[in-house]
Amino acid sequence: MTDALRLEGLSREFPVGKRLFGKPKGIVHAVRPVDLSVEAGETLGIVGESGCGKSTLARMLVGLLPPTTGRIEIEGKPLDTADPAAFGKRIQYVFQDPISSLNPRKTIRQVMEAPLKRLHGMDRAARERRIAEIFDSVNLREEFLDRYPHEFSGGQAQRIGIARALAAQARILILDEPVSALDVSVQAQVLNLLADLKRELGLTYLFISHDLAVVEAVSTRVAVLYFGSVVEVGRAEDIFRAPKHPYTKLLADSAPVVGRPLSAPEGRETELPDPLNPPPGCPFAPRCPRATEACTGAMPALEPQTGHRVACIHPLG
Amino acid sequence: MKTVRLIFRNRLAAAGLVVLGIVVLLAILTPILPLADPDVTNTANRFRPVFAEGHLLGTDHLGRDLLSRLLWGTRLSLAVGFAAAVFAAVIGAGFGIVSGYFGGATDNVIMRGIDMLMAFPYILLALAIVAALGPGLFNALIAVAVVNIPFFARNIRGVTVGIAHKEFVDAARLAGLSHTRIILSEILPNVIPVIVIAMSTTIGWMILETAGLSFLGLGSQPPQADLGSMLGEARGALITNPLTSIVPGVMILVIVMSINLLGDGVRDALDPRLRSGALTRPRAATVVDRRAPVPAPRAEGVLTMTDLETQFHVGARVYRAVNKVSLHVAPGECLGVIGESGSGKSVTALSVMGLVASPPGVITGGSVRFRDAELIGATYGRLRELRGDRVAYIFQDPLATLHPLYRVGDQLVEAIRVHHRIPRAEAWDRAVALLKQVRIPNPESRAQSYPHEMSGGMRQRVGIAMALANDPDVIIADEPTTALDVTVQAQILSLLDDLRRERGLAIVFITHDFGVVAQLCDRVAVMYAGRIVEEGPTRAVLDAPAHPYTRRLIACVPELGAGRRRLEAIPGLPPAVDRLEPGCAFAPRCLKTEAVCVTREIGLAQAGNRAVRCLFPETDLKREAAE
Repeated sequence: MTDALRLEGLSREFPVGKRLFGKPKGIVHAVRPVDLSVEAGETLGIVGESGCGKSTLARMLVGLLPPTTGRIEIEGKPLDTADPAAFGKRIQYVFQDPISSLNPRKTIRQVMEAPLKRLHGMDRAARERRIAEIFDSVNLREEFLDRYPHEFSGGQAQRIGIARALAAQARILILDEPVSALDVSVQAQVLNLLADLKRELGLTYLFISHDLAVVEAVSTRVAVLYFGSVVEVGRAEDIFRAPKHPYTKLLADSAPVVGRPLSAPEGRETELPDPLNPPPGCPFAPRCPRATEACTGAMPALEPQTGHRVACIHPLG
Repeated sequence: MKTVRLIFRNRLAAAGLVVLGIVVLLAILTPILPLADPDVTNTANRFRPVFAEGHLLGTDHLGRDLLSRLLWGTRLSLAVGFAAAVFAAVIGAGFGIVSGYFGGATDNVIMRGIDMLMAFPYILLALAIVAALGPGLFNALIAVAVVNIPFFARNIRGVTVGIAHKEFVDAARLAGLSHTRIILSEILPNVIPVIVIAMSTTIGWMILETAGLSFLGLGSQPPQADLGSMLGEARGALITNPLTSIVPGVMILVIVMSINLLGDGVRDALDPRLRSGALTRPRAATVVDRRAPVPAPRAEGVLTMTDLETQFHVGARVYRAVNKVSLHVAPGECLGVIGESGSGKSVTALSVMGLVASPPGVITGGSVRFRDAELIGATYGRLRELRGDRVAYIFQDPLATLHPLYRVGDQLVEAIRVHHRIPRAEAWDRAVALLKQVRIPNPESRAQSYPHEMSGGMRQRVGIAMALANDPDVIIADEPTTALDVTVQAQILSLLDDLRRERGLAIVFITHDFGVVAQLCDRVAVMYAGRIVEEGPTRAVLDAPAHPYTRRLIACVPELGAGRRRLEAIPGLPPAVDRLEPGCAFAPRCLKTEAVCVTREIGLAQAGNRAVRCLFPETDLKREAAE
C-alpha cells in the first residue's frame, strides 16, 4: 500500500518578540519534528488541546505555511515549494469556520469556479458541468449558486466548503475541526457526508479535532499531539480504550461521558507548560503522575516504528 | 438601495446631500449659464454692491462680476478637491493594501515611509511640495493629495490586515489564485466601503486645503478664479468692502459643511458596525410588555420561571425566542438546559435578570420569581441590586466578559464593592481569597495579572470567582466550558460541583453537551425552537428519553468508547422562530409525525417528576411514574 501522505521531520518554529535588527527574544516550537504517514484511503485523526500545534501542522501540509525543517511527500512525490497552488491540486483544506471561509462579497458560483479556473483551466461549459456534479454529491441544490454566503446556515456553508475542496480534485483532504462550529444534529449530517464522499471518491482524510469522540467515530488511526510533538499513534479503536501514553489517558478520562461520575482526573492547579520556556525533556513530565527523573532528560522518541507507537519512557499497559 | 435609504434616514445627511447637489449642479451648468466673463476687468465699476445692475452679487476690486467668478471658482475648487481625494485614495489605498496583505518587510518599509510623510506638519509639507514644483493649481492638487496619502494608507492597511488573515483568503490561495488576483478579487471588494467612507469624510478637508494654498497665492494663478484665490485677493479690502470676502467665504462654508454632513451619513450607512445598530445603545433592562396577567408560580424553588415569553421585534417580524418556558431550581440543585443554537436557551437565561438587549428584545409575558420577589417588570434599581449579588452569571467567553485594561483583582474588587460598602483593602483580600477558592495557583500574584496574561481555563476561573464574589444564591452558567479544552473543562466542572455542594448554590447550567449534563446536573430540560420539549431527572431522561427529539439528539452525538460508526443524523434544520407553524415544531424532522401533530398546540404532559411535549412519546411516562 502506498502512502498518500508522508511527513519526514516536519517542524515549524515561530520567532517571538521580533526586533528590527538582531535575534528575536525567543523561539516557539509550534511543531517539533514530526514523522507521520497516512495510507491511501485511510482517515488519520489528529487530536490535541488548543496550542498543541494541530493547526500549524495542517497549514504546513497544504503549503499555507512553509515548514522550518523537514519534507512533505504526497503520493510518493516530494513537494518542497511552499506554493498553495502547487499543493492545491493534490491536497485540499476544509476550514473550521464555514462562514468566514467564504468571501462575503462573492456568490457561491464565483467561489466554486475559482479552483476550476485557476487550477484546472476549465472552460465555462466544463465548469458548469463539474459544479453540478459536485453539488449533487454533497446534497446541495444548484439554486444556491447565485446566493451569497450570509444566506446559509453553518451546516450548508460547511457543505459548500467541502464542495470547494472537492472541486480542486485533490485526493487528500485536510479537515481542520470541520464540525466543531456546528450544532450536534448538523454535525452528524456533515460527518456522514464526509464518510460517503470518502467511500465514493476514494479520498484520504486527515481529520483534526479536539473532540475525542468525534475523532474516534471517524478515524482509522489516531495521532495524539501534545506541545508540538506526536506522543502516541494507534488504531482508533485501541487508542482511547487502552492508551499507552499518560497524556492520552488524561484526555480520555477528562472527556465527559454519560454514566461516568464527575471527577477531575488531574490536580486542579495544573496549567499547560509555557511555550517560551518549555520544561526540559518530556513536556508532559510536570503534569504526569508517572514521571521520574529520567523523564526530564530528553524528549523520548516515538517507538516502535510500526503499529501502536508511543513516545514515553514509562508507557501504560 | 438600503444604503441610500439609510443615508436619507439621517436628516442632516439628507440636507447635506440636497445642498451639495445644488452646488454641484450649478458648477456643472456654469458654462451654459448666461454669466458675465469672469476675467474681464472694469476698474471704473469696482466694488459694486449686491443687486447692482447686471451684477447680482456685485463686483470685486477689479470690477469683475462676483457671481460669475464665484460659480467658475466653485467649479474649479470642487474639481480640484475631488481629484485630490481620488488621487490620494487610490495611491494611499494601494500602499495600504499591499502593505497589509504582504506584511513583514514590505509592510515595514512602506509604513516607515508613510510615517516620515506624517512627521511633517501637513501645511508645511504642502508648502514644501509647492515650493519644489512651483506655484500652480495642478501642483497644489499634487501637494494636497500627497499630504493626505498617509491617512488613507494607514486606514486601509489596518482593515486589510484584518481581512488578509481571514480564512477565505487562505481558501483563495488554495484555489490557485495569484497574489494579484487575491488582492483584486478577494481583498479589494471588502475594502472599498472603507475607502468610500474615508473619502467622504476627507473631501471637504481637501477642498479647504486647496483653498488654503490658493489663498497664499500658491494655487490658482490670476486671473483664474478659485474660492481660495478669491478670498486671497479680497483680503486687502476686508474692512472697507467685506462683500468680496464674504461671498467666497460663505460658499466654502456651505460646501464643506454639506460634504461633512453627507460624509457622516455615508459612514453611518456603510460601516457594518454602525449598520448593525452598535450606536443604538441597549437599555439597562429588557423592555417588558406583558399583555396577560402575571401567572402564579406552579413550582417551589429559589428561582422559578413561569410561562416566560421573550420575543425579538425586528421590523415587522416577531421572533418567538422563548415561548412559555417554565423552569425552577432549588438551593444546591443543578438544572441543565440543553438545546441547539437558536433553541432559546441563552435568551431564557438572560431574560431572568432583564439582560436581553432591548431593542429588539421584549419580554411579553410570564413571571420570574427570585424567592418571593417578582423580577419581570421590577425597577432597574431593584434588578441592579440583585444582579451579581443574589443571581450571578458565568458566560461562555471570559476574554469577552473581563475588561482587558484592568487587573483581574481590581475587577473582582469592583464587583464586590458595587454591592458591599467595605474598604478597598478588605475587598482586595476577599478577591484574593476568591481566586484561591477557584483554585488559581499563586492567587496573590495572579490578582495583579491582566486577563490576556492568563490561559483560557484560568480566565474562566476568574469568571467563576466574579460570579461567587457576593456569595449569590443562584448562578446561571451559559456554556461556561464550551470554549475550553477537555482537561480544563473537567477541572472547571468539578469545581462548580464542589461549590454547589459546599455552599448550597443553585446552578442553571446551559449547554449543548449531554456528557456534561449527565455528569453535573440533577435535572435537565430540553429546549427546541423556544419551547421546553422534555424535562425530568437527568438519569431518567438520558436512559429513556421520552421526546423523539431528545432520543435522536442523544443518538447523533458520538460517544467515546463506541468505536468507528455511522452516526444517526437528524435531517433538516430547526425551524426559524419567526415563522412557527401551529403544533409541534419538530414535526417536519420527526419520523413519527401524524396529521394531528401539526393541527393544534401540544401541551407539556406532566407525569411524576417528568414531562414531555409529544403526542407519541418514546417512553410512556404515566406507566413509568406508576411503577
